[in-house]
Order: sequence, then structure tokens, then C-alpha cells
Amino acid sequence: MRPENYEAQRHPPSHEYELNIGPNHPGIEGNYAFKLRLHGDQVIEGRADAGYLHRGFEKLMEGRLWIQNLAITPRICVPDPVPMEVSYCLAVEDLCGLRVPERAQYLRVLQLELSRFASHLFCFGGHAATVGMYSPSFWGIADRDLILDLFEELCGGRVYHIYNIPGGVRRDMPPGFIERVSNTLDYLETRLPDYDDLLFRNRVFVTRARGIGAMNQQQALDWGVTGSNLRATGLPFDVRRDDPYLVYDQLDFDIPTEDGGDAWARALVRRKELFESIRILRQVLERLPDIPGPIRCPIPNPLAWNVPAGSTYTRVESSKGELAWYVVSDGGERPYRTHVRGPSQMHAVQVLERLAVGSRIEDVAQIMFSLDACPPEVDR
Amino acid sequence: MAEVDSKIDYQDKGSILAPLKALQFFGRQPVTAPLDPRPASANYRGFHLNDWETCIGCSTCQKVCDNAAITMVEVPGLPHDPEQGVRNLRPAIDYGRCCWCALCVDLCPTGSIALSREYVHTCKDAELDSYFILPDDKGIHGVAYDIGWGKHAESDLIAPERVAMQELSPQARADNFDEIVAGYDPNQAIIEASRCVQCGMCLDACPTHMNAPEYIRAIWQGDNEEAVRQIYRTNPFSNTCGRVCTHRCETACSIGHRGEPVAIRWLKRYAMDAVSTERIKAIVAESRPSFLSGKRVAIVGAGPAGLTTAFDLAKQGHEVVVYEAMPAAGGMTRYGIPYYRLPSDMLDRDVEIIESLGVRIQYNTRVGQDISMEQLRDEFDAVMLAVGLWIGRSTGVKGSDSSQVYRAVDLLREVADGQAIKVPKQAVVIGGGNVAMDIARTLGRLQRQHFGQIDVTMTALEDLAHFLADPDEIKEAGEEGIRILPARGPQEIVQEQGLVSGLRTWGVTSIFDDQGRFAPRYDERDEQIYPADMVIEAIGQRADVDLLGADLTEALEWNRGRLKVDDDFRTSAEWLWAAGDMVQGPDVVTAVANGHRVAASINSYLSIREQVS
Repeated sequence: MRPENYEAQRHPPSHEYELNIGPNHPGIEGNYAFKLRLHGDQVIEGRADAGYLHRGFEKLMEGRLWIQNLAITPRICVPDPVPMEVSYCLAVEDLCGLRVPERAQYLRVLQLELSRFASHLFCFGGHAATVGMYSPSFWGIADRDLILDLFEELCGGRVYHIYNIPGGVRRDMPPGFIERVSNTLDYLETRLPDYDDLLFRNRVFVTRARGIGAMNQQQALDWGVTGSNLRATGLPFDVRRDDPYLVYDQLDFDIPTEDGGDAWARALVRRKELFESIRILRQVLERLPDIPGPIRCPIPNPLAWNVPAGSTYTRVESSKGELAWYVVSDGGERPYRTHVRGPSQMHAVQVLERLAVGSRIEDVAQIMFSLDACPPEVDR
Repeated sequence: MAEVDSKIDYQDKGSILAPLKALQFFGRQPVTAPLDPRPASANYRGFHLNDWETCIGCSTCQKVCDNAAITMVEVPGLPHDPEQGVRNLRPAIDYGRCCWCALCVDLCPTGSIALSREYVHTCKDAELDSYFILPDDKGIHGVAYDIGWGKHAESDLIAPERVAMQELSPQARADNFDEIVAGYDPNQAIIEASRCVQCGMCLDACPTHMNAPEYIRAIWQGDNEEAVRQIYRTNPFSNTCGRVCTHRCETACSIGHRGEPVAIRWLKRYAMDAVSTERIKAIVAESRPSFLSGKRVAIVGAGPAGLTTAFDLAKQGHEVVVYEAMPAAGGMTRYGIPYYRLPSDMLDRDVEIIESLGVRIQYNTRVGQDISMEQLRDEFDAVMLAVGLWIGRSTGVKGSDSSQVYRAVDLLREVADGQAIKVPKQAVVIGGGNVAMDIARTLGRLQRQHFGQIDVTMTALEDLAHFLADPDEIKEAGEEGIRILPARGPQEIVQEQGLVSGLRTWGVTSIFDDQGRFAPRYDERDEQIYPADMVIEAIGQRADVDLLGADLTEALEWNRGRLKVDDDFRTSAEWLWAAGDMVQGPDVVTAVANGHRVAASINSYLSIREQVS
């Protein structure tokens, strides 16, 4: 990241010491270092240090055909790969003027909301683990696997789906899929009270999370915070509602908010979004049988596909916040430039560095996980 | 299910007892999947499967692979036939690179490649090579798992249909010689060119190995001049080949295995039509030499073979003189192919561009009469013979020596030369090849012009399944009202009072004997007589080699009536080469290919001789 962050402090004051958290640790969903300067157990300064993933997606993409980039995009974020695919496809569709068939739009929403649910399960499990509670993470991961089963059926891949393609999606649902999604949703909905009992009504968790890593709404806006983290400061901003894409404007759902702006508020917003995702998914399942195909509009031969010159910024609401692609085409077979606006870029760097100051060492991991940052979005 | 989510308030303090409810899960079966094997989903993207019977080794999978995970490997023993578009290459997969996106499956032209429903591969350190596999239909472990992600209409990325070509309707073309095919407009050409997957099967199949992938790509990029540059690397007869080539490239095209092949011939024509003759001359002149070798080469016959050799030799700095008996160049392409298929002004463009390189053509000069072969041998460093097949063969049946029995090539030559021929009211054509089609359709047009109606019957030994003419020709001839009678053998040209009155035929039971030799058998009871006042024989041609003279004919080696040549088309005389239709049978693009080889052979001969002397 910033060059100065790579260097050890030359002359730490005698009453302070340095501590490296990471690059491997339970506070974040990937390899990421956070260097702390401590006085006792009090954090004086935190410095984010990415670069352990050695990726360079944006540069890689300039050397690949538009369609070959489909395989790269989901790999930017493991827990929530679908928004990456969808927003890249939206960008190419915008530049090409492709009209995505309605059925494909609903299938994308189906996939996006399942992915959001899975990602939130991943997140609250991790968050609980940072305060020493491991059962929620086991539960979260196990239940997430049921969603991955659905992905495997729909897309052929469990984690990286590569299911979207500019112009639509690659396959329609297999027979009986709606019923199986519905059954899984029924099950997951019965699990919500279990999660509440285990974690969200757990006095230990509530007590540990409340007041930790707090920011107010103005700070959040100044620092570029989006998604659940922003909504936890009381601002009901959600790209699905405020700049609708696909068919979100035809779906009925609420935007949960909290006012606390702390780790507890963030966890609570995510918990409530689990329910909203189920609401959305049920509407999609109800409508899908009556929406005819096709699932993709005609597209050119991928080996001879020039995307018209221009640039576009397409954003979607991922589980982490506002995720967007800025894509520039010079009219050629490959992107001239791509840039991912990964929401975690803000959350894991400037926000984390500020929220950590003044906290105690045992809360640092919790602050990190409560921001639900995904290191590959920083080190992309 | 609950309509409203359970409410937890930010201010709630939480409960000490609530988490204890989780104790109810003790002893329950975990939700995690057991380790027993379980079937993957129907769409699963597991390991690669490849049906070697269907795979043609086109390497499109390799081209679309994001990670260069695919290497094409030669597999000895598998069929390898460039003309049919089959290579003995098969994709090998490196699972250290593969990302299981399955684009290889979606873009596979044949649909041979698929991903299996197999989950797991692992190995010991010593077996790390096992991540690099050459998949067949048994998959990575030799255990046949079902196909997971396979070829599917929803995800297929191959465009199976070509851009339709505008053509004159049968009504609009039946009484005139206007060119039938309109050619692509720029938009159509770009769309058609975009269907190409750049596999290069066409290049392998083409006798002269035209760089079709390159010129198609240039057309797609809108750079028609670059397309012309690529075309002229291998073919100086592209206005001609863009119209009448036998397009083996399209037979081999990998897209053609499940859909319609890319219209390679029409794209070539488009590029040639789109660039002006002056610009093409400038492009061709880029390869003009900056030196003269001082060597002189004589070429007999200004057809595709002769002029291609002239074109190449001129680019190598040699002085080339082409002797042509007729008043215009092009050989059989000019005097054998009707205007509606190949307008002669298009041929003029090809010839003009070749001449712009400095090739000199002596028209109306018949070697053997106006100048002898011996003179050529003495005056030039090398001589090439490319005189084509100008003498029509006769069936030799009773009555075929009548003055109302014609050879197709003679009539076609007269029509092309602008001469008025006698138009019969009822004509019967013997033969089922493209030349028979040409004369039948030419006579049909003339009949409509003279009499307002058409009466042309074609009889051929072959049945329709084995017809020699192109399917397009058969279809178009039928549309124009030509009666095609397959599997009929001519027995006699019936005459009444010295005038031809019809053709007597028998039904054909077989054409070749057990050894594959030509020995037609007939059913005598199946006899029919087709009335006609003119019969045209179109059963093949032979070369007129009288020009060689008795001494040279005696000195040269022959092989069953044809000049014997080696692989470089050199005859048994050191100074003489022979190529084109007279050596390899009628085909423009083969003649062009021959021409290149002759030029290369003559050039090396001249260079070696210079060094040795």
C-alpha cells in the first residue's frame, strides 16, 4: 500500500511497542496485515498493510478478451463473488448497449441475494469468532454450504460461479430448482431465531460489541463508508433502492438501519438484512415461473468482440457495500482499463486505521471483522 | 413462515440464558456433508472430458482459455486429414492453470469437450504430473463420470448460421448472363467475419494455403487493405477465386461441423471488391524486387497456373514472358466459366494486377505455330507449360461424330468470346460435372433469349447422391428449369435423315467395377430416348500437346497420356516444367498452388545454376 507503511518505526518511544496483526489472523477474510503501535493494551496508531495476495487483477484484465475476464472477476472476493460478476457484466452491457432479458435479470437477483445471505453468514460467524465464540462461525459456514449446494446446481460451481455473461446468464435453472431453493429458504428462516439465541441475544456478544469501533454518520460519509457499515450509522442508503439495477425496483424490501455506528449496530444491520434477502428471494421465486426466456440476448463470437469505445461506472450493492466497476474501452477486444471500486478498500484502510485508534488490543480483530472487509478488494 | 422478522433492538442488553438453547443441538446429526462419495450436480464443472471421435483438433478451446491451461498435443494414430478439417491434435489440460470457467466447452465448435461430474483429484508428491492430463471420454481417472457442464443450446457461443448472401432470383437471372451473387455489403462482411474462431483449418485445407484466418480477421477489423495484403501472400487470382473457387476451406471449417461454415470465399470476394484496383496494385508492388536477376523465363499459357508462376517469378526479379494463344488471358477461367458465375471484367482485374508487376503477356501467339518450343528452350533459361485442358472428350457412342454433337468446352469458349452460336430448341447435355452445368445453364439462358422458353436435359451416369457438380449448381440449375436426369448412360445419338433427333440412354446399375475401375453397367430394359436437335458432350477434357512437336514429345516421359512430372512439376527435361489443369485436372485454386511450386522450383533451379556455373 503506502510505502511508509512497509517500514518499521525507527525510534519508537520507550513506552510504546509495535505489534503486527496478520497477515494471517482471524480478524479478516484473507491475508492482510495491520500494524499497531501500542501503549500497554491501548492502540496509539494502526497502519493497514495490504499486498500479501499478489493479485493485480485490474492489470491482468487489460490483457484478456472481454469474455475471458469473466473468470477473473469473481475471484476478487471469495465470500461474495456474485456482485463482481454481475457488475462487470453490467458494465460491458452498458458499453455495448445490450438488453438483458427479464428472466436473466431475475436469475441474477436470485443469485445476488443468495450470495449476500451466504456472505453475511460468513461474516457474523467470523465476527463472533473474534470475541471468542466459535459455534456461530461453525453454524454460519455449515448453513452457507447449503447455499453453495444451490449454486452448484444453478451454475456448476460452488464458490466461483462464472455464471453471468454479458447479455444474460449462461444456463437456466435446472428442473425443480425453485422448490429446492424454497426448501432451503424455509430451513434458513427457521435458523434465524437460533442465530439470535446463540449470538444476537447473547449478552456476552452484545456487551463486547456495543460501543466498539464506533463512527458517526458524518465520519462515515467523509471516509467513503458504504453498505451495512453506513446503514449502521442511520443512513438508509442502498444502491438497490437509490440507484436501482436489474429488477430491484420491482421488488418489495426494507432497508434496515441502526444508529449506533458501532460493531454491535453493524452486526445487527447484517442480521436484519438476512431476513430482507429471504423476502426478496421469495418474491423472485414466485415470479420466475411466469417470466419467459430467453436467458441471454445474442452476443458476438467471444473471440471477435470489440466493445464500443467509452467508459462506464456500474455499481451494485454487495454484502460489503457499494461495489462498482469503472471500465474504459478504446473500442478494442480487451478493456483499455478496468478499476474495481471495492467497498472494502475504504473499510479496511482509512476507516480501520481511524477506528482502531484508542481501542484496546482485544477489540482490534472485532473492529476489523465488524467492518466485513475483504482484503482482495483492497489488494486487487 | 414468519411475515415479520424477530425484533432485536440496539438497546437490548442480551440474555445470559438464550445461548444455552443451543444445547438442544447436542447429539444431532451435523449438517456438514458426509465424506461418502455423492453425485455432483447435473451442471457441475469438474474435470475435462473429450470425445476423441468428435474432436477435430481445431484448438479453439486453447484460444479461448483464459489461463493458457490448454496445450494441443499431437496424438499419433488419430485421423489427420486437413481436407476434411481433421487434425490429430487433442487438448491437454494443466490443472495448475485451469479455472474451470468452461468457456472451452461453450466455444467448442464440435461439442466434443465437456466437464465431468467428478469432484476430487489428489495425489502424492511423486505424482504431481497427474495434474496435467490429456482427457478422453473417460476423464481424469479413467472412470466414466457423467457429463456435467457440456454443450448446451443456452450457453453455446458458436454462431451456427452464416450471413445470407443476396442472389438474383431464378426469374431475374434465367434469360441473361448477369452475375448471380451480389456480394456482401460492409456490415454483412464484418458480421460474417466475426463468426471465425481463427482455428486455421481452412489454411490447412486450401491447396495454396491461403491465410484465411488473417484476412478474415482484417475484414472484421475493417482493414480491407490488410485483408488484400494477406490474400496476395498466396493467391494472385483472388477476384476469380472469390467467386468460383471450390472452397475446400469451407469444407474444413470447424464451424461447419455443427453449423454453416464461415463464408470464406464470399469474404475474400468482399475484400477484393472493396479495395480499388489501383490500391491493390500498390499493395502488390510492396513485394516488388529492387533488383533484376537477368534470368528469363517463358510460360506457355496465361491461365491461373501460368500467371501465378509469372507473378512469383516477377517478384523474384526474373523477366517473365507469357505466351497466350487467345486474345485475352485467364485460360479456362475466361473461356470456360460463364459470365454469370465469373464476370470477365473481374478476371481482367486479376490479370491487370499481375501485369503491373512487369509480367509481359504475348497475346494471339500460339506456341507450336507462331513460335516453337525449341526456340523457347534456346531463348529462355526455363520454360513452363500450362496450357490447360482445351479439347473436349467424346463419349464415342454411335452418332457422336455428327455435326450437331458438340463438346461443351468448344461452345463455352465461343460464347465467352462473344461469338453467336447456334441455339438449339431442344438440347441434351451428357455429363454431370460443373462444366455440364455451365453449358446447360448457358444454353438455357440463350434459349430463353431466342425462344422465350427453356428445354435443356442433363443426363449423367452418377446418381444424385454422387453427382460431381456442386450442390449449389444442381440447385440453381433446377431453379432455372434445367431437367436433370441422374443415373442415365448414353448409348446412341439418334439421327433422322442426317439430323440429330435425340439421345438414347439406358439406366445405370453401377459405374465402377470391383477394382474401382471405370466400367459402367446398364439395365438395357430401362431405355429412354430424349428428343433433341443438339447434343452436347461434357464428360471431360484433355490437353492439346501438339505444340510440343514430335521430337520433344518423343524425348519427354509420359504417364498414361499425361506429361510425367516430379513433385515440383518438373518434367523429365531439365528446362521444362508443366502444371495446372493439364497435370492435376481442372481446378483454379489447385492451379494457383501448382503455380507457386513451379515458381519456387524454377527460382531455385536458376539460382543453383548460376552458382554452379
